Amino acid sequence: MHSATPYPQAVSRAIDALARTDRGRLLSALIARLKNFQLAEDALQDALASAVVHWGRTGLPASPQGWLLKVAAQGDRPATEDRKASEIARLSVDEAAEDTIDDIPDERLRLIFTCCHPALESKTQVALTLRTLGGLSTAEVAGAFLDNETTMGQRLSRARTKILAAGIPYEVPGPEAWAERLQSVLTVVYLIFNQGYSCSAGDQQRQLGEEAIYLGRMLDSLRPDEAEIKGLLALMLITEARRAAGWPPTEPACRLHRKIANSGTTGGLPKVWPCLTRR
Amino acid sequence: MMQGYFAFNETLKAAGAYVSGEGLQDIDTATSVRICSGKTETMDGPFAETKERLGGFYVMDIPNLDSALRYATMIPSAAYGTVEVRPLMDYNS
Repeated sequence: MHSATPYPQAVSRAIDALARTDRGRLLSALIARLKNFQLAEDALQDALASAVVHWGRTGLPASPQGWLLKVAAQGDRPATEDRKASEIARLSVDEAAEDTIDDIPDERLRLIFTCCHPALESKTQVALTLRTLGGLSTAEVAGAFLDNETTMGQRLSRARTKILAAGIPYEVPGPEAWAERLQSVLTVVYLIFNQGYSCSAGDQQRQLGEEAIYLGRMLDSLRPDEAEIKGLLALMLITEARRAAGWPPTEPACRLHRKIANSGTTGGLPKVWPCLTRR
Repeated sequence: MMQGYFAFNETLKAAGAYVSGEGLQDIDTATSVRICSGKTETMDGPFAETKERLGGFYVMDIPNLDSALRYATMIPSAAYGTVEVRPLMDYNS
């Protein structure tokens, strides 16, 4: 028996994974292109929705990220539903010409500096960073703050409006402002980590800890020579590893390594030492 | 005192960012007016009795908020008061 939707489950799994892992990357490239936060966000959402329909029919394109970016980049042009559908159909055939993820410019550094701009309230900085670069849904971000989803949605939407209206630039700050602005980015990442660490119980909070480490790694890979970033990443990894080992805080710090090594949950440790020993 | 402002004006003009700017006289000189149920009410004093008052303004032509904030910190009154930065309305878009 032939079905019109041959790969629905695989496709929806793939789309979920993409929305999680590549959202920040795609959004950062889209904002650079469309010069509008809200528009880019909406366009990516629409592209993901189109993907559910089209990939369900045709299977995954050669480069799903490239496909999403192209479809989303058309979001700035008002298109009738028909025209949009035919353009998308053409795109799905035109797979050979698509950008792979490596061809898509990585603008996440610009994006995180915009999300953590001091002109935004600090709660908003955290929420926007989680939503935009962490790949959390608005409901998940709201959960982290014990807010309801509508309130959080409004906060995020006000933030995007302010970025556009107040002219918060989409750029990595120059050397004169770098140190100060980096601090506000690192503060946001550490706040996220702390939120994950201090509430040890639920899955939601655990997820925040991992989210912070993910952001720390991302920053480290984008600016490998920045000691402040490495320091924060090492601090987070070592704290996380220690938590996994259930290490009581009264023991002398010099036993830390052995204790964690013996606990069988070395988790982040092998990754910590290179961070700490690198100058 | 005014020296700082003159220097700042020159910096702005040299950068091609200066559009206009004025200092306001003290609120002792203020008169407020409003129309209440069709009647004009005139009052002595500023529109609100607060410790902070608007001392003056600059209109600048600059590309983004970061640049605006950089110039704002050069305004002498930033050292003892607050400089608020806001974009102008754009009625053409």
